[in-house]
Amino acid sequence: MKIVIPVDEKDMATNVCVSFGRAPYFLVYDTETQESLFLDNSAAASTGGAGIKAAQTIVDNKADALLTPRCGENAADVLKAADIKIFKTTDAPVKGNIKAFIAGKLPLLDEIHAGFHRHGGN
Amino acid sequence: MKIAVLSGKGGTGKTLVSVNLAAVAKTSTYIDCDVEEPNGYLFFKPDDIQEEEISVKIPRVDDKLCNGCRKCVGLCKFNALAFIKEKLFVFEEVCHSCGGCVLLCPEKALTEKEKKIGKVQKGISGNVKVKTGILNTGEASGVPIIKRLINESKDNNDLTFIDCPPGSACIVMESIKDADYCILVAEPTLFGVHNLKMVYELVKLFNKPFGVVLNKCLEGENPAEKFCLENNITILRRILFEHELGMLNSNAEIAVRESKKYSAIFSSLLETVKREV
Repeated sequence: MKIVIPVDEKDMATNVCVSFGRAPYFLVYDTETQESLFLDNSAAASTGGAGIKAAQTIVDNKADALLTPRCGENAADVLKAADIKIFKTTDAPVKGNIKAFIAGKLPLLDEIHAGFHRHGGN
Repeated sequence: MKIAVLSGKGGTGKTLVSVNLAAVAKTSTYIDCDVEEPNGYLFFKPDDIQEEEISVKIPRVDDKLCNGCRKCVGLCKFNALAFIKEKLFVFEEVCHSCGGCVLLCPEKALTEKEKKIGKVQKGISGNVKVKTGILNTGEASGVPIIKRLINESKDNNDLTFIDCPPGSACIVMESIKDADYCILVAEPTLFGVHNLKMVYELVKLFNKPFGVVLNKCLEGENPAEKFCLENNITILRRILFEHELGMLNSNAEIAVRESKKYSAIFSSLLETVKREV
């Protein structure tokens, strides 16, 4: 199963990034082969709609699940349309969250926030 | 003559200054461009209200024509388009109506449809024509409403006061575009100076003549005044932080219509501004 996690740094010791749409990198991890790959998040510097663009990246990488502390409405709509499940991470570093996910201990993310739109003004 | 009233943050007194200047003038037009939270009409309580809905154009996809080339997805700076499972999605609230995707689509799969984003209300309050822009909650940008308000006043020579949105973003630029003069309203705090500096830089960038009204003045040091003196900025008026004015304002009353004292203060400010222009 291919999972994606927003991360702060490009190494396996990193923490999960508090933001999804504006995370600097995404870790793509294959739970079967244990292969990992870090992607730059091109949406991080977007003027707007970062969540939509970031979710598009997740869809294009053919992920099965996203592990994130939170997720906005628009991004959740994109992921839902692509049948990608969203799981809620804990405060543990990335490795701990992957372990918890494999053990089936991460819950589905059920609070989708309405977004932090328009903070830059239009 | 068009006079825009602006400040770097909300609550400094833009509406107090623009409403009272409009009311103290013999005849005038007041335009509330703070479309996300217009409040000038609460003071004017205008009669003979006329309403006009404002729409923008947003893209509509014909799934049969779309071949999934994603050129539109790549173009959109606001990421209002996504392509998922062979289907194009449009996020209507995120779209800024630039029309670029429609022009770019090689398959002509995108056309435009109208979407209502808010309205313009016009009414009369004694000597003042009151125009209010109202943006529906959740919409991306109030710019199209402000454009309508400003453009229809373009060729009119009435003494016009433009009550701007707070800050210095696109909606403020749109509001001051045609102004002959800008009044910057500032509070006597360090935070007030920070916000004054934002609009000061904006009006300089737009080459607009401007002056500052120091609102809520107290005894003791006024950092906003210090900033004006250091930068040779014209101080048009100091308005004192007074209980009486606060009460009138919080009861949604127009101070110049209720009190001779404030009528004199704002008349004098209006004369100063007219001299500056």
